[in-house]
Amino acid sequence: MTENWQRGGFGLYVHWPFCEAKCPYCDFNSYVSQSIDHDRWKAAYLSELNRVGSETPDRVLTSIFFGGGTPSLMEPSVVEEIIKTAGKLWPFTNDIEITIEANPSSVEAERFKGFQAGGVNRVSLGVQALNDTDLKALGRLHSVKEAREAIEIAQNTFERASFDLIYARQNQTLSQWESELSEAVAIGTDHLSLYQLTIEQGTAFGDRHKRGMLRGLPSEDLGADMYFATQDICEAAGLPAYETSNHARTGEESRHNQIYWRSGDYVGIGPGAHGRVTLNQMRLSTESFLAPGEWLKSVEDLNSGESERDPLDLGDQKDEFLLMGLRMSEGVDLSVFDFSDKYNEINNLSELGLVDKKDDTLRVTPQGRPLLNSILARLV
Amino acid sequence: MTDLSHIRNFSIVAHIDHGKSTLADRLIQDTNTVADRDMKAQLLDSMDIERERGITIKANTVRIEYKADDGEDYVLNLIDTPGHVDFAYEVSRSMRAVEGSLLVVDSTQGVEAQTLANVYQAIDADHEIVPVLNKIDLPASECDRVAEQIEDVIGIDATDAIQVSAKTGVGIHETLEAIVTKLPAPEGNRDAPLKAMLVDSWYDPYLGVVVLVRVIDGEMRVKDRVKFMSNGTIHQIDRLGVFRPDMENIDVLGPGEIGFITASIKQVRDTRVGDTITSEKKGAEEALDGFKPSQPVVFCGLFPVDSAQFEDLRDAIDKLALNDASFSFEMETSAALGFGFRCGFLGLLHLEVIRDRIEREYDIELITTAPSVIYHVYMRDGTKIDLHNPADMPDVTHVDHIEEPRIKATILVPDDYLGDVLKLCQERRGVQLDLTYAGSRAMTVYDLPLNEVVFDFYDRLKSVTKGYASFDYQLTGYQTDNLVKMSVLVNEEPVDALSMMVHRDRAEMRGRAMVEKLKDLIPRHMFKIPIQAAIGGKVIARETLSALRKDVTAKCYGGDATRKRKLLDKQKAGKKKMRQFGKVDIPQEAFISALKMDS
Ligand SMILES: Nc1nc2c(ncn2[C@@H]2O[C@H](COP(=O)(O)OP(=O)(O)OP(=O)(O)O)[C@@H](O)[C@H]2O)c(=O)[nH]1
Ligand SMILES: C[S@@+](CC[C@H](N)C(=O)[O-])C[C@H]1O[C@@H](n2cnc3c(N)ncnc32)[C@H](O)[C@@H]1O
Ligand code: SF4
Ligand SMILES: [Mg+2]
Repeated sequence: MTENWQRGGFGLYVHWPFCEAKCPYCDFNSYVSQSIDHDRWKAAYLSELNRVGSETPDRVLTSIFFGGGTPSLMEPSVVEEIIKTAGKLWPFTNDIEITIEANPSSVEAERFKGFQAGGVNRVSLGVQALNDTDLKALGRLHSVKEAREAIEIAQNTFERASFDLIYARQNQTLSQWESELSEAVAIGTDHLSLYQLTIEQGTAFGDRHKRGMLRGLPSEDLGADMYFATQDICEAAGLPAYETSNHARTGEESRHNQIYWRSGDYVGIGPGAHGRVTLNQMRLSTESFLAPGEWLKSVEDLNSGESERDPLDLGDQKDEFLLMGLRMSEGVDLSVFDFSDKYNEINNLSELGLVDKKDDTLRVTPQGRPLLNSILARLV
Repeated sequence: MTDLSHIRNFSIVAHIDHGKSTLADRLIQDTNTVADRDMKAQLLDSMDIERERGITIKANTVRIEYKADDGEDYVLNLIDTPGHVDFAYEVSRSMRAVEGSLLVVDSTQGVEAQTLANVYQAIDADHEIVPVLNKIDLPASECDRVAEQIEDVIGIDATDAIQVSAKTGVGIHETLEAIVTKLPAPEGNRDAPLKAMLVDSWYDPYLGVVVLVRVIDGEMRVKDRVKFMSNGTIHQIDRLGVFRPDMENIDVLGPGEIGFITASIKQVRDTRVGDTITSEKKGAEEALDGFKPSQPVVFCGLFPVDSAQFEDLRDAIDKLALNDASFSFEMETSAALGFGFRCGFLGLLHLEVIRDRIEREYDIELITTAPSVIYHVYMRDGTKIDLHNPADMPDVTHVDHIEEPRIKATILVPDDYLGDVLKLCQERRGVQLDLTYAGSRAMTVYDLPLNEVVFDFYDRLKSVTKGYASFDYQLTGYQTDNLVKMSVLVNEEPVDALSMMVHRDRAEMRGRAMVEKLKDLIPRHMFKIPIQAAIGGKVIARETLSALRKDVTAKCYGGDATRKRKLLDKQKAGKKKMRQFGKVDIPQEAFISALKMDS
């Protein structure tokens, strides 16, 4: 039998924790720093890479993802060096996907060429909105014009390019979103990430929200209407959702994210990076130090930036398998674990038309997809 | 032992918050009963819950020694009483132990409902009454107006009312002198057989049951063997003493004196308040008139949120009941809520106090069901059922008629709000008995069904009068009316803990209010949920809670697996605060909140 980790592929995640400015909605592990010693960071990444590589020989790498933060602020030479070192540690699959996240305000054609030359073949651009007022409200440093230019450069430089938008913004109406999304689709892209704005605790928006100062957020109903409109527009444009918030033409899905959602194995390096690796038949969850300084110091002094390493018991694995897997339109394969304890709830949920079970495949139905949290609460 | 002529016994009575306990503080302090360094505000309110809520719940006794202006030493026994109507029983029995009352009236507020209730009790007990106008330090104080009101409304002479600030100490000396000169000394015969009144008893973890006594005739000493006349039990006195306000042992208690005894008594239930204590041999022939026992009037179910805590709840209730004879309980099972207890209370404040104590002192989270009263259900076959719980209502085809308890309610309110008060009473099926005016205040008396009052009447009264109304009531008796059981169905399933008895004419209105409230209280689910109120099989109100539409987390990257697991755990913890009925989760607070009426 194929082991689960073998089925999902094997990925490398590299976290770059710096941005030009902190966006008010963002709770990613990102910081603003005046001075970054790129050589020091390069050395630390390479050291970490060697550490995790020595633990995972005999794997074939399907994907590398530079995430952040704003990894497009990395020196192209550092990115290149990391990719080279990875190539020494693991053989790459022929179609390896190497993605970098980029912020439109840090796009220069030269820089992108550098990443491309170093091996990057896919880019994900944080466009967020196609109107300048909203970009300001979201604390973004770029304009719509710059975003459009960035998309063009990205599409010309890399084999594959995707961009992100955030909807359900303050004071946004359904029809505004519909026309904005139509414009986005008209740009012509094979992949789109469309996220409903989430108010996260501990962010500037979160604080404002707590004080009742964040006005004009959509009701649950309007949020749902926007979600359904999003599905319709994207499907009509040949970009169906393959995951809750991700849309792509068939074959253009982000393979890296699919590793996460299919409970595959991935190693994570950089501040706050998570990993899931199966070593000696045991599936481990790893975490790295969150704070950049602490992570660097730990890598330099102790040869490891890892802050936590916990075995996942079977129950945890089953939970994660559903938590991640049911986000995907393809659903999950129930034969991977013993889910007989869930059949009762699965039946209840299918009676409500929220899930659909055919043979061993469990999928969340189109009506069920926006209710995934409630569905999961019943299943895990 | 003090000579009768040098003893004065009195209670301090007033409307809630008019300053009884603070006045007691000053009397204690001025007579150096307690060293200044040990003094604190409302010293006698020693229970945590009293200190926290700033109210008196239990009456407290203190013995004070006072050298009067006439040069003589007097012993003063004061009893500080609670003002809230739920604890009126504490006041009434305290009054039986003393000969006089200080009637405290807040001079910024004037006569209020409990002022009246308490003063009438004092008059019934043949007390000499000394009016005290308190809080004269406040700018809003109006002594002349309030004195006049006392004369008009109560009909006692207030020309000599003492003007006091229990806060600053003004008028305290005058108060002490008035106690000595205006209140009568007790009467009694030291040589007659022992007759002592059992005024109160409570459980002390170190001493066992402590009994508060007032000696009428004869004497009590340590080692005496005494008889409780109601049940003939014999006890030997282990300890005997007085409160200053800490317990202090003395050798003998004589006529006119108030003090405590302990006698190896295990449970408060073994003592009967109002009982007469006499000596085992050559005892008194005739007992004193007993007290009317206090009766619980409000009932509700208490259920542990975590059903595994049922035994802990039993323990907690047993312990609290040890010390509170007016609190009753029996086991109850609810299809909706599992195992719990049906408890009886003196009123809503009493209910709240007990519930708070269980939650805090015993760390048990509770679901409280709607308060109810006792209905008399007369069956076709001639039998009668005392119905404490609407869920137990028998099949209506076997019921002949139902009676409900009624009260006489007295409400004092400034003129401006009278209209709102009358409207409220009318809505609650009240019948006006009286309406009089004293200055700019109106006093109205209503005959009301208790079941319309127990729940949120007082809250509503406060809100329609901005807190300016005061309210007091007494049970008057039972009366037949057109009463029905209203059930509530959530997702087509009856929720027994939400059923209630209502008047037929009010059923639609209450049913409508209830389903609307529930619609707001129950979170949306993945499917739509009908919420109905019904009488028998007939639906009288209906709402539909629409289905949840969207809750999915938008962004989920690799590291989020860990975070999502934690989030779901939190969601599950939140679910514990809910009760599951069929497929529907109902939050605990819904059981009480659903019944509150906004208008
Ligand atoms: N300004 C002023 N405040 C007073 C005076 N006497 C009492 N108070 C305040 O009034 C409030 C109520 O006083 P308490 O002595 O607790 O009243 P109470 O009558 O014992 O109240 P219950 O036992 O709950 O019925 C407290 O906040 C006191 O500080 C006074 O003479 N002047
Ligand atoms: C790490 S960021 C992408 C890269 C880059 N830092 C940027 O912002 O352009 C990943 C994406 O998550 C989305 N995102 C971040 N915070 C979000 C929030 N609170 N609600 C919804 N989407 C959010 C944004 O669309 C963002 O582009
Ligand atoms: S949204 Fe992107 S650019 Fe903004 S703070 Fe977060 S990671 Fe940085
Ligand atoms: Mg008091």
